[in-house]
Order: sequence, then C-alpha cells, then structure tokens
Amino acid sequence: MTVKELQEKLNLSFICNENLAEQKMVTGCYCGDLLSWVMSRATDGDAWLTVMGNVTSIGVAVLADVACIILTENAPADKDAVKRAEENEVIILGTEKNSYQVAVEISKLI
Amino acid sequence: MKIYYDFHIHSCLSPCGDNEMTPNNIVNFAKIMGYDAIALTDHNTALNCPAVAKLAEKKGITFIPGMELCTSEEVHVVCLFYELDNALKFSEYVKSTTPTIKNKPSIFGEQLICDENDNVIGQEEALLVTASGISTEKVVKKVEEYGGICYPAHIDRSSFSILSNLGTIDEYFGFKCAEIFDIEKENELKERHPYLKNMKILSDSDAHYLENMRLPEQVIDVPENTTKAILDYLNK
Repeated sequence: MTVKELQEKLNLSFICNENLAEQKMVTGCYCGDLLSWVMSRATDGDAWLTVMGNVTSIGVAVLADVACIILTENAPADKDAVKRAEENEVIILGTEKNSYQVAVEISKLI
Repeated sequence: MKIYYDFHIHSCLSPCGDNEMTPNNIVNFAKIMGYDAIALTDHNTALNCPAVAKLAEKKGITFIPGMELCTSEEVHVVCLFYELDNALKFSEYVKSTTPTIKNKPSIFGEQLICDENDNVIGQEEALLVTASGISTEKVVKKVEEYGGICYPAHIDRSSFSILSNLGTIDEYFGFKCAEIFDIEKENELKERHPYLKNMKILSDSDAHYLENMRLPEQVIDVPENTTKAILDYLNK
C-alpha cells in the first residue's frame, strides 16, 4: 500500500512531502517515542507512529528508512524538523488519534 | 566575585554543531563577548575539550571540561568535570555504554575532532546523539565517580529534557542545579515544580552555531574564577 492510500484510508493530514506519497510503500508499522530505541528497531517501509516531531526524529526516519512519520495525538512538528524532512524527502503526516488507534487500523490494512 | 558564564556550548564534534564551531572560534568568540568562564559540552563526548582547554588558558578564560550526556531515557544532562583527564575517562565510559550506530554525516552532520589549531585530527564514527546506557536516576552518582557534577539541561524544552521525558524534577535524582534555556520561564516553572526553588538555576546558550552564543548576561557569584571554585559552588 502506498503512503497516499494509507493517508486516504485513515484520513491523515499531510504535514509535508505530500508529492512523494504515491511513490513510497508502507509495508509495516512501528510505534515508539524514544528515538534511540526506534533508530535501531524500526525497519524500512514502516509507518512510524510517534509524538516526537523534532529535528532528530527526521534523522531517525532517514536512518531507519521508514515509509513515513505519523505524528499522533496532534503532536506538532517543529519548523526545523519540517525543513529537514523536506530536504530529506521524509513524509510527515498527522492525526488526532493516538498511536494505538492508528496501529490497530494499519494492522487491518497491511 | 561575579562572573559571566556559559556552561553549555557545542563544538563541531556534535553532529548538530556547525563546522564553524571550532575550538579557536569558540574561545575567541567567548573572549570577545566578555565571558569569564565557559564549558564545552558536546553530545556524549569530551574529545574536543583538550583543544579548547589549551586555547582558553592562553586567552585567560576559565575552562570547564564537560559533556552533554544523553541518558537512557533521552534526558540531556550537562556534565562538568574538575579535571580534563577525568572528563576524557568519562567520555570513554559513556562510549562503552552506548550502542554503536554509525553516524550518517549527510543526515546528522559531521563529528569533527580538532586540535588547538583547528586542524581536523579525526572524526567520530559512532553517532553521538543517541541514548547512553546511563539512566537519569544514576547519573549524579556516576558523574561524581569521575570527579564531576551534573545538572539537567534545558528543562523548559519539549524534547530531551527531564520534564518532557520524565515529567518531574525532585530530590530523588540528586541534582543541585537545573538549566532553563529561556530564563523568563523561571517563575512559571518554579510554580509548577516547587523543588526547583531548592536548586540553583542556570541559563546557558546551548549554542550549536557561533551566532547562537549569547551576549553575557548570566552571572554566578563565586569566591574566585577557577574551575574548582565554580564547581564547588554548583555542587553546594
């Protein structure tokens, strides 16, 4: 499933890089907010559910090669993080739902 | 005597630190701006402290070798040491507790080790902005073992701070000082977290770029402007 399809099905909002959403494929899901933990455990193709929208999160997303970041519970993305995400082609989406609710929905789709 | 201080400065060894943050630039800038005492606090390493120590001595600025440690709960803690050798030993210890993830300079930035002439003498290969194996509840004791003191960094920030990650600051952790980045938030924070009223409040620049270094405003009152007197004061 593409990030675009996931966004439509879960009614997520784009924070940046909407134009890449049809190219990137979601093959899994990872939930976590401790960046060092995520860095060594999330795998490529995951939709990463987190409340951490800082600049280091973008580095983690690139390092783990996740399909996208989904900021849950309306967690904000810092201005610097959005800029870094745009430079590094990391798609960021947002939702008011919590990580559990989003993960449950993703598990039904993939 | 009152001295102007900045105990939280990053060099080009921190991946997010600008490559212009060389030992000479940091010390010269601090001198021009009128600081009496500075510390170098790169993420999880003290390897640029030897160069800055030499330069600070030449310029007549008191230097405190240090590090901004990332605890296992990703709380950033400013660690300051009486002796350079101990800071370097602590740096080695921190490395031994930290899972090695290779830095990707294109994403996180380069991690440059410099000599006192700003020559790049090495690069740290392991990513420095990652959690060490030292927990926040053990950090005071651990730093003490290496002849240093420590305090939670930028407690007013929404990430990598003791309040954002652990939700509380109290006697339990053993910190005697706390750093507030935006000092205007001091009163509000003390209302919400009364234990802060028992702590010394410091405000440092956390500069990653030369332009982030602040004009000296924050002062502490110490018997003399030496590393020992400053750390004794912070540890009181």
